[in-house]
Amino acid sequence: MIYLQLFLSFLQIGAFSFGGGYAAMPLIQQQVVGLHHWMTVGEFTDLITISQMTPGPIAINAATFVGTQIAGLPGALAATAGCVLPSCILVTLLAKLYFKYRNLKMMQGVLGSLRPAVVSMIATAGLSILIAAVWISGTPSLGFDGVRIRSAVYFAAGFLLLRKTKLNPVWVMVLCGAVEVLFQFILKAAGQL
Amino acid sequence: MKDKKHILWKLFVSTLYLSTFTFGGGYVIVTLMKNKFVDELGWIEEKEMLDMVAIAQSSPGPIAVNGAIVIGYKLCGIIGAGAAVLGAVIPPFVILTLISGVYEVMKDNQIVSAMLLGMQSGVAAVIASVVYDMGKAELKSKSVLSCLIMLGAFLANYVWNVNVVYIILLCAALGVIRTLWTGRKEGRK
Repeated sequence: MIYLQLFLSFLQIGAFSFGGGYAAMPLIQQQVVGLHHWMTVGEFTDLITISQMTPGPIAINAATFVGTQIAGLPGALAATAGCVLPSCILVTLLAKLYFKYRNLKMMQGVLGSLRPAVVSMIATAGLSILIAAVWISGTPSLGFDGVRIRSAVYFAAGFLLLRKTKLNPVWVMVLCGAVEVLFQFILKAAGQL
Repeated sequence: MKDKKHILWKLFVSTLYLSTFTFGGGYVIVTLMKNKFVDELGWIEEKEMLDMVAIAQSSPGPIAVNGAIVIGYKLCGIIGAGAAVLGAVIPPFVILTLISGVYEVMKDNQIVSAMLLGMQSGVAAVIASVVYDMGKAELKSKSVLSCLIMLGAFLANYVWNVNVVYIILLCAALGVIRTLWTGRKEGRK
């Protein structure tokens, strides 16, 4: 039963990948490449590349991709269902507890201490993305060597647009992408003159 | 009843739309959700949103999916959670099914990579803007412990690469200690 195998395999990935995206990667590799040989290492690298090019969580992307390759659309459905099921159960349970007990003094204390930490985690994610965009090597360094000035300008312009106008954040993201496409197009055309 | 149906539909469409544009990982969708549900629709309070992120963080599974579940549950109970999950999962599902056929063409396409590079900066700007708002709200609370937690969590997460689950557990423990401590002090008065 390949569908059941796909379902169970991604059930484990869904149940044990704490910390989102990049934390899930070794787990997916272990299940898909090491244990079941559904993919080669090369195909797995391709999967990561695809995940970076497309929206959506990497675990869902992996489930859909592997499922389709192994057993067509039903396989993709089985794998994706397995991947989300643990979240559905656990998060609903936690949410239920939260809405029931959040007015307790103890719960208030705990949540009050978690909030600043969550802000920091979101900041960390943003900083990592910014550094990957601005520095070609992916690690920050002093000076202007290996800095994509255009990326830094997009960031600053995007930030200002978000603060000063009430422009939809999705449009800010798409706009930054479109400007870079246009820029590379112009540079290429100028080079060919 | 019509009202609930309307909310369900809006919830589904919102998560569908946000999930379609979530490049660059779970926190991006969380920031977009904050924009949509807190600032635009006013269905959720900012503090509540942070609690929800903590819940999404402390459960296993993709943050985007977990975040959708908490918001869906808060707005419409179990049915809401179901609608939100569907909305969050359908876009990557459809896109990946389509792409597995044309991957080779996309991989080396210059327009695609230029678009992605530019969007990275945009994503960083969106996150920076949300962090600015949320960080300001935390600093305004004028609690020394909150500021220390913010600083400590950032160092642990960014500089020392500590697993977020441990950070959450430690902060929760700090919260328990703080509550017991202030409770005892008030008891003495």
